Amino acid sequence: MQNEEIKQTLITKFGEHVSHFEEPYGMLTFEVDKDNALKVLTFLKEDSGLGFTFLNDLTAVHYPDMKGRELCVVYMVQNIYHSLRVRIKVFIDIEKPEVFTATSIFETANWLEREAYDFFGVQFVGHPNLIRIMNVDEMDYFPLRKDFKLEEQTRKDKDDNMFGR
Amino acid sequence: MPTVGYIHRAFEKIAERRAFYQITPLTDRLNYCSSPINNIGWHMTVEKLIGAQMPKRVDYLRVIIMELARIADHLVCNSVIGVDSGALTGFVYVFEFREYIYEIFEEICGARLTTNIGRIGGFERNFSELAFQKIDKFLKDFPNAMKEFETLLTRNKIFMERTMGVGGINAERALNYGFTGPNLRATGIDYDIRVAHPYSSYEDFELSIPVGSTGDVYDRYLVRNEEIWQSFSLIQQALAKLKDLDPSIYHADIPAFYLPEKKDVYTKIEQLIYHFKIVMGETEIPVGEVYHSVEGGNGELGFYLISDGGRSPYRLHFRRPCFIYYQAYPELIKGGMLSDAVITMSSMNLIAGELDA
Repeated sequence: MQNEEIKQTLITKFGEHVSHFEEPYGMLTFEVDKDNALKVLTFLKEDSGLGFTFLNDLTAVHYPDMKGRELCVVYMVQNIYHSLRVRIKVFIDIEKPEVFTATSIFETANWLEREAYDFFGVQFVGHPNLIRIMNVDEMDYFPLRKDFKLEEQTRKDKDDNMFGR
Repeated sequence: MPTVGYIHRAFEKIAERRAFYQITPLTDRLNYCSSPINNIGWHMTVEKLIGAQMPKRVDYLRVIIMELARIADHLVCNSVIGVDSGALTGFVYVFEFREYIYEIFEEICGARLTTNIGRIGGFERNFSELAFQKIDKFLKDFPNAMKEFETLLTRNKIFMERTMGVGGINAERALNYGFTGPNLRATGIDYDIRVAHPYSSYEDFELSIPVGSTGDVYDRYLVRNEEIWQSFSLIQQALAKLKDLDPSIYHADIPAFYLPEKKDVYTKIEQLIYHFKIVMGETEIPVGEVYHSVEGGNGELGFYLISDGGRSPYRLHFRRPCFIYYQAYPELIKGGMLSDAVITMSSMNLIAGELDA
């Protein structure tokens, strides 16, 4: 099966809910709206012709300049028998950063979603234990968002202009 | 509910401020038992982004380094399974050879544990004659020690009773939990990145993938032992292939991305310009997103890199196999003895450095 075939199958099944198909460096990449993300993942996993039974990776990306779709949750699923990988993106509003949890489909998603919550503040609705995983529970910011500066903001002894920051 | 522990070194955040060549030392600290695989995996990710093609000799040299690192990694894991079941002797036998491997790394790049080996586009210098001699000596002496180690444990009744049927998982659950590497292969699935998504010319080599059936501690031990022999054979094949190639080539001809040799920087204007451009981040980097994965010591080590054309990555995410399969630990030890929990953990080859990134 080739990327083009997967793309056509998805378009036939989900119509306009899947969009922006690309193939950067050979990996089929597309967007899904957040209400249909789980349906697409389930379909990719359970359709016998596709067989993407392996959630390879789940992470998030912050694009502060894209109004209304600042956070992007990236899923990467894999058909390990045919060496196929597909990347699925779900863009969400940072004011209401909610997507449904994939834990019911893949056990892998449990900690990966907790990590995405910990660092980007993505709320995975229905997650069994959505608490911070690496950072202390009392933390009140999400460190991998672009508005969180790497260096401590209270320091005055470093001139950013001098260091190309 | 188990927790991973409150430590985070923020590699992904730090990487957003660093030039590509400065990220290699960060990858050292992921699975620090096999740092060269992480380093080379990162170099190959950037090479994929910029579309650089490596000469065959670079690929084969990389294969040698990566397979040596895999042997070192598996030796630690398997001998520690022995230690945790009360058999310290085997550990001492094979650790001598892990030391030899570190000496080879030291000869090639100057470092032992956190190697920072190679550069984007190849190696920082050619392998010395002494490095090849050390590799030859390792290849000559290692099989005896490894056979001795296997004789000590593999058919040892106490070891078998401690490990068989302990910490098992079936293939379906293992896939659902995102297992990769020897832990997945011990359940019977022959998924190996070196074969499924070949990189660094692995397609040129003869390689068989050992698989287990029950996915328990004993199977993981057997799979790793066999992988050590496979890696051993890969190194021999790579050395044989090197004989036909021009021995002076150790990097690709991509001056815009490959850091030039220091002595040329001081004497040649062109090299000085390239050096300046690379270090100051003036090089044109393509915009795009790329995922590249390598078969690490304990599973699929992936690099998800989003480049916006700037000096540093816009976002870099490490897929750490340990972090993903450690989730299954409660399920693996449920209903077992407390001492089985210890041996199960050591058989998973859990490296703390891979839990956070």
